[in-house]
Amino acid sequence: MAKASGPEGMDYLERLPRRVVTLYLPLAIFVFVLLFPFYWMTTTTFKPDEELYDYARFNPFWVVRPTLTHIYKLLFETSYPQWLFNTMLVAVASTALSLFSSVCAAYAIERLRFAGSRYIGLAIFLAYLVPPSILFIPLAAIIFQLGLYDSDWALILTYPTFLIPFCTWLLMGYFRTIPYELEECALIDGASRLQVLRWITLPLALPGLISAGIFAFTLSWNEFIYALTFISSSENKTVAVGAITELVEGDVYHWGSLMAAALLGSLPVVVLYSFFVEYYVSSLTGAVKE
Amino acid sequence: MVADAQPIARPIPAWRRLIGRLADDRNVLGFVFMLPAAAILLLFLAYPLGLGFWLGLTDTPIGAPGHFVGLDNFISLAQDSVFWLAVFNTTFYTVVASFLKFFLGLYLALLLNRRLPFKSLLRAIVLLPFVVPTVLSAIAFWWIYDPQFSIVSWALIKFGLLHSYIDFLGDPWHARWAVIAANVWRGIPFVAITLLAGLQTISPSLYEAATLDGASSWQRFYYITLPVLSPIIAVVMTFSVLLTFTDFQLIYAITRGGPINATHLMATLSFERAITGGHLGEGAAIADAMVPFLLAAILFSYFGLQRRRWQQGSRD
Repeated sequence: MAKASGPEGMDYLERLPRRVVTLYLPLAIFVFVLLFPFYWMTTTTFKPDEELYDYARFNPFWVVRPTLTHIYKLLFETSYPQWLFNTMLVAVASTALSLFSSVCAAYAIERLRFAGSRYIGLAIFLAYLVPPSILFIPLAAIIFQLGLYDSDWALILTYPTFLIPFCTWLLMGYFRTIPYELEECALIDGASRLQVLRWITLPLALPGLISAGIFAFTLSWNEFIYALTFISSSENKTVAVGAITELVEGDVYHWGSLMAAALLGSLPVVVLYSFFVEYYVSSLTGAVKE
Repeated sequence: MVADAQPIARPIPAWRRLIGRLADDRNVLGFVFMLPAAAILLLFLAYPLGLGFWLGLTDTPIGAPGHFVGLDNFISLAQDSVFWLAVFNTTFYTVVASFLKFFLGLYLALLLNRRLPFKSLLRAIVLLPFVVPTVLSAIAFWWIYDPQFSIVSWALIKFGLLHSYIDFLGDPWHARWAVIAANVWRGIPFVAITLLAGLQTISPSLYEAATLDGASSWQRFYYITLPVLSPIIAVVMTFSVLLTFTDFQLIYAITRGGPINATHLMATLSFERAITGGHLGEGAAIADAMVPFLLAAILFSYFGLQRRRWQQGSRD
């Protein structure tokens, strides 16, 4: 009976064969389908070319003689390391910029409650819903006018357009959960607003900051359309853009190197994600629930 | 707590006292705090949004000023069969992919909500497709859909279900379904994990009580799960529809709009006309044509949120 009071409800009533058919089997199919492209990406990366294009002699699901030639080619014969560096730089800089702006904005909207803060909050939410696909053409014109075309700054300054609304919205929700009395006590003790933010609110909102930071970093790592539009020279490209525009030579696809590029480009976000799964999930669900 | 009394003991210059007073005024401080975010959002979000509408009314080429041409762009688009094909493709893509994402995502969320070993590990694995950069996983799909070396075709032939390789990306309808499959693959985790968060808020005692009253599993789903979940479903699906409708990366990576424009979405078509073709004005007009739909989705989301507030109020 003790088990029955657990959060899992009434599953204890079910017998094993029924659970296999209604739960484990469908779940296994889901997991298989969701993971298969990654498996395929990985095996292709480590397959030598003769295995890659010969399904008659080699079973395509296995790697008989793993090789690092594709990765070697990618790292030493293309600008891939440079793209990785660019992506990292842009992602870190735009995340830092967005986090700073969002903390200030969220604190102002949620706690200072200046005149009109409610409408600003609503405007931030609406800004969250503007998709990059309708902004990139006019933005390209602006970037061109500002002389930022084909530079890292073009991306560092435009990524916050989708990061700030997201982070602000998330942090507003977090600040709301911190008891206002704590801040009042500090104010009565003579702390200034800035001190309150620095020493009271921010430490308490740290989980929210991490969530917002992780999510913003992943979003900017994954961004594609701005990077494709605003960057033209090979050495300034990001991983996603470089992989799709530079690694394909005419009609010859070097699938091994392409898959290696996809695998290596995904690794940083996947590693980061694996360390902070809980934060990531909470920011994903928090953004929807707030 | 941490602030000590020392600064007060020292004499304070007048200008610092003024700053101190301004810093305690909520409107002044609020304005200063809003500055960084507001500057970026006004310059790179609000201004381009307005500029986009203006560009749609001009014949601006890349790198040169254009002239006001009124509604010419829209009139020529209305007679453009490729544009209408893109509208059809976008609608088809959005409707089919969103339905599939919703039902499969809800099903996966219901599965993950049951008693399971390694639950949090499973949840982490399931979310992977959403975390990995879309373009990079799209390249993997491109390889999976290869006409000669498709692993899907190979496996189906091995099982005896098929006799020849499928030309996934060469045939218009095959290509449409192929990109929908890739989009659904990427979208399921988002729907499933957010709905799972909603499911976890439902108390199991509700289900126990309903079972004792003789409710079937379908009735428990329809009368308990669905009503509690519906506000979250509204928001999640608004986002999902919005992202699918304005999708760009997946199409660009897998088909670039081909074969013969069969998978061109409005976003990819506007990119092709504006950036590849150099007609910023025409591309902007296509992007503008997406806005009415966007507004509809935002209104939908707004009423979804309203309903949630009302529900919360009545629960208290």
